[in-house]
Amino acid sequence: MGFKRKDLLGMEDLSKEEILFILKTAESFRAVLERPIRKVPTLRGKTVVNLFFEPSTRTRMSFELAEKRLNADVLNFSTSDSSVIKGETLLDTARNILAMKVDCLVLRHPSPGAPHLLAKKIPVSVINAGDGAHEHPTQALLDLYTIREKKGGVEGLKIAIIGDIAHSRVARSNIWALQKLGAEVRVCAPPTLIPPLVEKMGVRVFYSQEDALKEVDIIMMLRIQKERQNTGLLPSLAEYIELFSLTEERLSLAKPDALIMHPGPVNRGVELPAKLADGKRSLILNQVTNGVAVRMAVLYLLLGKS
Amino acid sequence: MAKLMGKDEMRRALLRLSHQILEKNREIEDLVVIGIHRRGVTLAERISKMMEEIKGKKLPTGTLDITLYRDDLTRIAYQPMVRNTNILFPIDEKKVVLVDDVLYTGRTVRAAIDALLDFGRPKKIELVVLIDRGHRQLPIRADYVGKNIPTSPEEMVEVRVEELDGTDEVLILKRI
Repeated sequence: MGFKRKDLLGMEDLSKEEILFILKTAESFRAVLERPIRKVPTLRGKTVVNLFFEPSTRTRMSFELAEKRLNADVLNFSTSDSSVIKGETLLDTARNILAMKVDCLVLRHPSPGAPHLLAKKIPVSVINAGDGAHEHPTQALLDLYTIREKKGGVEGLKIAIIGDIAHSRVARSNIWALQKLGAEVRVCAPPTLIPPLVEKMGVRVFYSQEDALKEVDIIMMLRIQKERQNTGLLPSLAEYIELFSLTEERLSLAKPDALIMHPGPVNRGVELPAKLADGKRSLILNQVTNGVAVRMAVLYLLLGKS
Repeated sequence: MAKLMGKDEMRRALLRLSHQILEKNREIEDLVVIGIHRRGVTLAERISKMMEEIKGKKLPTGTLDITLYRDDLTRIAYQPMVRNTNILFPIDEKKVVLVDDVLYTGRTVRAAIDALLDFGRPKKIELVVLIDRGHRQLPIRADYVGKNIPTSPEEMVEVRVEELDGTDEVLILKRI
């Protein structure tokens, strides 16, 4: 089987087979990252534009590195130095870039659906690098990759996603992806940070971390945006830490071999203490390394053909 | 369709190739064997095993996937599966015996050499093929050939191996 899509927009519309195919392909790229020469000539002559309308360090760096490791030419474009502030529309920006003959746009945009709109309107590949609170498919793929690497598979695992579920594209993409691969997904947060009707996605909702962590294999902590507490959704950061921060005591409720993940950047002392973030059970840096391999696989599958 | 080799002929050809390699490489301390996916991998394993039986020493044996080094990725409709490259030993200053099933245009071998050089700087690379069918498009030749077969570009040479195809044989087919 091949991967026949033009774009990677989200996990919701990918089949289990497609997801597994991407992950399988990523294994070969993960091996490339361990070689003395961490670069392959696969995408030479192709040009990829990283179009970021929201600040991002790690995702943009990871994409850029993946592109460079594949020998593609890379162009970075972010709002602060773009003509968007001069009033150009997204579509005009994209068309102008396309007029310079490029092969792929990697888009991060605050509006949900922005990459989907672009993908329909332009002939080149579009990769969603995060659209509002909607999806962040490459993050879910790298999380799946990391879980498979450490646990041998995803099927049958119990996974708790803890934190600001309502505003998290990482949560949404992971909920789709993990369930497609047969995991049991739990979400846990204060009621104000649980999106309405999230049960319809097939997950179990918990308001107490103690309940959510029982017997889980993987704990995914989500970043709490400190700005949130000014919106009235959190009474105070101190209260959130008291109730939802991961502690060693809470961790002991999970399976003895449970592992901790976090999409970054970590607020040390908020989502989890430094001791756990840097501890043996933390997969945070594995996630970062695997992110490059997974993005190489996606770029190859979308661009390594005529 | 015509059968060019059966099980016995194939075994004899591989054994002869193994002897030839060892004749030219009397010192096997720095010899490693690497097969090109997919049939080349199987043949490399067999040749490595035969050489082990002759010399009483196991040779480091690896697999190489050349997909990421192909020169036709911009021409094909969708990309082939990337398989695992598994070279768990250093190839710096080694003599690499590179194994493939059929030598045709030479483009696969070019890609394989480029891929190998990304793993290190071997002292030497020698090419072993079971079948050389001619029609080179690049200046590449094999050091050891199981059988030379004149073909026309309309024909296809298919090497089948027990491990993947259930039988050992070499066939020549008309391209459909």
